[in-house]
Amino acid sequence: MSATRPKIKARPPTRPRLGKIGESVPRSDGTPKVMGEFAYASDLHAADMLWGHTLRSPHAHARIAEIDISQAVGMPGVHAVLTHADVPGRKTYGLEFTDQPVLAIDRVRYFGEPVAVVAAEHPEQARRAAEAIRVVYELLEPVADPERATEMEPLHPDRPTMGHGYRDDPRSNVVRHMVIRHGDPETAGDVTVDGVYEVGSQDQAFLGPESGLAIPDGEGGVDIYVATQWLHVDRDQVAPCLGLTVEQVRVHLAGVGGAFGGREDLSMQIHGALLALHTNRPVKFVYNREESFTGHVHRHPAKIWCEHRATRDGRITCVRMRILLDGGAYASSSTTVTSNAASFALGPYRVDNALIESTSVYTNNPPCGAMRGFGAVQTCFAAEAQMDRLAAELGIDPVELRLLNALAPGDYLPTGQLIDGALPTAEVIRRAAALEPPAPEGFPRDPIRLPGGAGNTTRGAGVHRGVGFAVGFKNICYSEGFDDSCAARVQLYADGSATVHCAATEVGQGVTDVILQVARTELGTDRITLAPHTTATVGSAGSASASRLTWMVSGAVRDACRAALEEQERREGGEVDVERVHHHRPTTPLDPETGQITGERAHVALAVAAMRAVVEVDIDLGLTRVVWVGTAQDVGKAINPQAVHGQIEGGTAQGLGLALMEEIQTRDGRIVNASFTDYLIPTALDMPPVTVVLVEDPEPDAPYGAKGVGEPPAIVSVAAIAAAVRDATGRALTRVPIRADDICL
Amino acid sequence: MPRLRISLTINGEPRETDVWGGESLLYALRERLDLPGSKNACEQGECGSCSVLLDGVLVCSCLVLAAQADSHEVTTVEGLGAADDLHRVQEAFVAAGAVQCGFCTPGLVVATADLLERVPAPSDDEIREALSGNLCRCTGYQKIFDAVRLAAGIDA
Ligand code: FES
Ligand code: FES
Repeated sequence: MSATRPKIKARPPTRPRLGKIGESVPRSDGTPKVMGEFAYASDLHAADMLWGHTLRSPHAHARIAEIDISQAVGMPGVHAVLTHADVPGRKTYGLEFTDQPVLAIDRVRYFGEPVAVVAAEHPEQARRAAEAIRVVYELLEPVADPERATEMEPLHPDRPTMGHGYRDDPRSNVVRHMVIRHGDPETAGDVTVDGVYEVGSQDQAFLGPESGLAIPDGEGGVDIYVATQWLHVDRDQVAPCLGLTVEQVRVHLAGVGGAFGGREDLSMQIHGALLALHTNRPVKFVYNREESFTGHVHRHPAKIWCEHRATRDGRITCVRMRILLDGGAYASSSTTVTSNAASFALGPYRVDNALIESTSVYTNNPPCGAMRGFGAVQTCFAAEAQMDRLAAELGIDPVELRLLNALAPGDYLPTGQLIDGALPTAEVIRRAAALEPPAPEGFPRDPIRLPGGAGNTTRGAGVHRGVGFAVGFKNICYSEGFDDSCAARVQLYADGSATVHCAATEVGQGVTDVILQVARTELGTDRITLAPHTTATVGSAGSASASRLTWMVSGAVRDACRAALEEQERREGGEVDVERVHHHRPTTPLDPETGQITGERAHVALAVAAMRAVVEVDIDLGLTRVVWVGTAQDVGKAINPQAVHGQIEGGTAQGLGLALMEEIQTRDGRIVNASFTDYLIPTALDMPPVTVVLVEDPEPDAPYGAKGVGEPPAIVSVAAIAAAVRDATGRALTRVPIRADDICL
Repeated sequence: MPRLRISLTINGEPRETDVWGGESLLYALRERLDLPGSKNACEQGECGSCSVLLDGVLVCSCLVLAAQADSHEVTTVEGLGAADDLHRVQEAFVAAGAVQCGFCTPGLVVATADLLERVPAPSDDEIREALSGNLCRCTGYQKIFDAVRLAAGIDA
């Protein structure tokens, strides 16, 4: 076949339909993406560009006795070799607490911690120079077991997370410890079930590796083009470390190849800027896959102890849970994950009495932070397993038990917060339960459809089918008093066309089209241009996280569009330029001792999803296959139904991964499976058909009633799939990912 | 670093470039030949984001040395269609919502075009098997399958 082989005949091009709110519109960035023309961070190029490379610690815990760069600086093509001594401003940074060194100072606390950075003409020269840096480490005993962390030497003796309104905990290595005391936690029940559950650490495994390009502006400042989730907070972390003002640092969004929480913390931003300012040349970083695994935070591994008490007729009377989260070496967003895990630990059920204790600790394991679901994934897995145990103990159908206890508006969260928005728990349960799974398939069949696929040699002899059901929920938007806002700017021209500026990060979720759909709806025109996402021309949008961006961006763009129209009318035409900042209703922190709300609410709104999963398990070989998933999700209002389906399907795939295959494995803190050969994510053969029902119950406070949709599917699918495997095997399976030997040994 | 010169045909055009002996075809395409459409999600042959056709055969360009492609013919995603004349696979990916972050998309588009060239009306199992070497982290694959069926003219 020749390289110029004839194209499969193309149909005549169609102009993409420009849709408004509620319509399924094809992505505006779809065409450049299918053509290979969309510029991801790793595709950027600048004249005279150098390549950066990071030297990382091979140890999880060590003292640095000496760093000798003398050999590296003289190597061919090398322009700079920098260590902590070259950081001109603050030596540490962090998303919430500045506890992480830009480059290790006298100690490394995790495997892969950056120690030095190099800039060279060719990436291979940079790599070789980094290898030539001699670092003398004195090994220290790693704090590898989170259950023993509080007995070990403190990794951060200055206790960076204490004194910020959290419960003061004198124990060593505690990042945050919180207690939610609700009603009378001594309340008994007719029956009690208990269990201990564990969740392994999951990696976001976005496909586009961490990348970026830093370009000196010739006046002491720097422009950073990077794949990130929050431009303004990157800028605010970068500038002090460079000793610059925030105006001297401009952060621009480069094409993002997925994020899922893993780009909330910085990767190459400060390193690239340091090298660029030092060499006065543009510097580009592209992590390889192995480096990506060590270069971003992971989902917190968790251990969860549960006791559920209920009446004979199935009403939950009291729940007691203890949650331990391994935060790894630095704080990142662990404090908030700790609280989210606790806030949603009970699941969307009415529970009048509860005691929930949630603790995150520092260890020398890989740092953990944000990942889709943000603490609720771990506790949903435990709480839903408990609901099934309770159902079995009571002899009540698991779906019935959930309906009986379903949380609804007018009920209270364990934090004392009244649910005053939309929360159609019973509705999503009924809708998901009503979905009909496909009929069982007989044998023999094409081995591609056996558990384990074509590698399965048993021809189906040991294959058992199982069905699981689960419900999960979580908050939408930031919480606990964090002032959540989003800015949008609209330049409305005399001819009615407009340019919209918003720093919201397009990470693949489709927020670009949300902005455009809102602007088209509000301005009544298709002639809308979206300006580049940057810190340079508009205020902060907040991050692409917490299922908040659709809500916040819709509010900001709507407000700015309406203000622009009003202004234009007031001036009787001409060009207007307005910026508006949208805030959702305020939240306040939780009481540090009781975990109860201190104002009206700690969370803005909630979203719930229910899922039924069907699996087949080869119980002799321990192999699994998810056959079908049916889910009903509370979305408020689907702004772009096709994109909402895409989020739900994608989130389900990530949950399937955590349930059955994905885990960052460590030995004494070192990651041992940092590749797609050893860390497996679901492939096209692993994903079953997914039937999705959207439940539209508009959120009263949300612009257009729309809730974020990204996280609930990743939360509920882990629990639903694990339940199905339990049903197929009859085993307790208290840990995810479920391994072959959990099933057949 | 020692260089060697290679000549090859890319998307129908003769091209030449200097490469260092250790560079992959993927690196040469992206960094030396101004064709960054093929992506670099793993550079270990595990994800398919770098898929190209080498003499008409689907390969991971990260696993082929640039020097090995000397005198051969390469088709990349950039060679499949133009903005006003998208390949039907490209058009179907946009229409079906098969693109989210899009980092997997160039590789999947090339792999799908290759599949439909060989098997014009693939079954669902054939689609899943053919695309199982192309990882996507965003979509859960459902809309990718829809796109393949749409491009093949198969009613779902
Ligand atoms: S980059 Fe070539 S297979 Fe992943
Ligand atoms: S669309 Fe993001 S990896 Fe496939």
